[in-house]
Amino acid sequence: MRRSLPFLWIAFLASVPLWLGDPYFLHVLITTGIFTIAAMSLNLLLGYTGQLSLGHVAFFGIGAYTSALTSLGFDVNIFGLRIVHEPWPVVIGFVMGIVVAGLCGYAIGKLSFKVRGAYFVIVTISFAEVTRLVALNWVELTQGPLALNNIPPFTVSFPGLGEHTLWGKVPNYYVMLVVAVLAYAVIARLVRSRIGRAMIALRENEPLATSVGIDVTRFLVLAAVVSAGIAGAAGGLYAHFVRIIDPDIFLFIYTVTMVIMVVTGGKGTLAGPIVGGLIFGILPVFLRAYASPVAQWIIYGVLMILIVFFLPRGIVPAVRAWWENRMGAAAVERTGAPIERAGADAHS
Amino acid sequence: MIAPPSSAHAALSIEHVSAHFGGLTAIADMTFTVDDGELVSLIGPNGAGKTTAFNVITGFLKPTQGEVRYRGISLSGLKSHEVANLGLVRTFQKTSVFGANTVFDNVLIGVHRHGTSSVWGTLLALPRVREEERRLREEAWEILDFVGLAKRAGELGGALPYGDQRLLEVAVALAARPTLLLLDEPVSGMNASETISFINLLGKIRQRGVTVLLVEHDMHLVMNVSDRVVVLNYGKIIAEGAPAEIQRNPEVVRAYLGQGVKRA
Ligand SMILES: Nc1ncnc2c1ncn2[C@@H]1O[C@H](COP(=O)(O)OP(=O)(O)OP(=O)(O)O)[C@@H](O)[C@H]1O
Ligand SMILES: [Mg+2]
Repeated sequence: MRRSLPFLWIAFLASVPLWLGDPYFLHVLITTGIFTIAAMSLNLLLGYTGQLSLGHVAFFGIGAYTSALTSLGFDVNIFGLRIVHEPWPVVIGFVMGIVVAGLCGYAIGKLSFKVRGAYFVIVTISFAEVTRLVALNWVELTQGPLALNNIPPFTVSFPGLGEHTLWGKVPNYYVMLVVAVLAYAVIARLVRSRIGRAMIALRENEPLATSVGIDVTRFLVLAAVVSAGIAGAAGGLYAHFVRIIDPDIFLFIYTVTMVIMVVTGGKGTLAGPIVGGLIFGILPVFLRAYASPVAQWIIYGVLMILIVFFLPRGIVPAVRAWWENRMGAAAVERTGAPIERAGADAHS
Repeated sequence: MIAPPSSAHAALSIEHVSAHFGGLTAIADMTFTVDDGELVSLIGPNGAGKTTAFNVITGFLKPTQGEVRYRGISLSGLKSHEVANLGLVRTFQKTSVFGANTVFDNVLIGVHRHGTSSVWGTLLALPRVREEERRLREEAWEILDFVGLAKRAGELGGALPYGDQRLLEVAVALAARPTLLLLDEPVSGMNASETISFINLLGKIRQRGVTVLLVEHDMHLVMNVSDRVVVLNYGKIIAEGAPAEIQRNPEVVRAYLGQGVKRA
């Protein structure tokens, strides 16, 4: 049952475009999915290593710009050196976006080598602001505030079937879903492993973790790289779906949105960012029909305060605790064999 | 230049180590050794510098002077996790567990250094990595059996009664499979019967060939289990020898034992 549950979920999500008639709502689902991927990536850092990255949108934006520019091509002068880049296929741009975002994550992780807690927050905020200023002012490369237009959509090629450009919403939904499932799988495998336990150990009790030989810095850097890479993937998806990006993509409010998704859903749980992402991604659509923009923001804020106040650990841990209460506490199984059981469940 | 005091057989040698906090001298020119298989106790009044000595040995604090060597390797400049990977594992005076994790997970984190799984191996769930995970879990169960916490495996570390938390700390340290175990006041907070079973456990740990450096205020325990005792006062070693000698040493009696201290 437990093993087949993820597959049932994937099957359900894959069926959505088949019965959902409303293209606008499908559009909302795609952007919600993209932001949920970003929230999942933030959760790896915030929820598992306990480090709050308040500049997380930088990795998202870097992925978006890298992927867009790689597939659009550019022609810039750097200190008299002219660099011309011919347009490359979108898929390569997408991978480049992940790689460049991951490298930036590495740099931030290394930089934050000794700076934890509040300093880590400041380093990440500053980093996001710097990237925004670069996107705004390096007009030759990024068009600055004029935005990068006409970003090509994804193309897929199947052997024997030729190449297809994904113009519509339905194919984009499936691309998003594939990336989301992969991102989830990467994070799930990591956090349920010895590597993930080292990250959790860093979060829970750093001196104790180092006293048993865990190189916490190494795992913090690793988490930063993977987290940034996945955020970059989300950014790439966004760029090729919306097909226009400007420096506003780096706005602080997007990071805040991701943090809200993670915290309300339940940080340090695999399902938390998905629950939070769906709530705060889809809610605005329903509210739009009934409430003015100002009222929307108020409802947003009140809802968040209520969740944090009554469920301080987030929705998923609260539901799980309620469920385990009803079913009786799960006993730890003695067998060493199934990895998903026992200890791993405490964090999943 | 003074000749190095380390004997050829000493596993751990602390050589002329000093540590300062601003103007305060926490340890002054400390020199002693621990041989393989020995149980050495480090005792002294509150503030004598025992915990500071542990911090220096295990890389949590840089000494202002001197050097620590383990099996011939200098520990100078090593980070605490690197020291642990040489087999020196310590516990903390203030109870320190992974409170939000289960007892089993606490120990599973402790066995970390026996794994080698790579990121790619983990992401691809390679058979080698699964096999390693199975082995680590077996090791964790074995440790829980060894210290007698297997029944509590599913409980949260932070929710255990105090005595059991202290035991869990030792379990986590043992999980890292130390060759030299440094225990900082392990029985403080334990009741009498817990202390007795802890003495038993200490015997079993030694049977496994683990060398022990113990800091403890419970003199009854110290005099019972130690091969040698090192006495510290105001950061200086004032006596060193077999338990019987230490109990008769007038300076030790005046500085520490004479106060009638059981638990200062
Ligand atoms: N981080 C620190 N900053 C400043 N002074 C410190 C620090 N840690 C310890 N000290 C001081 O160094 C001296 C030695 O402290 P230490 O903790 O090593 O004593 P101890 O022998 O372990 O005492 P106890 O039996 O109370 O645990 C004390 O005077 C203490 O106040
Ligand atoms: Mg102390």
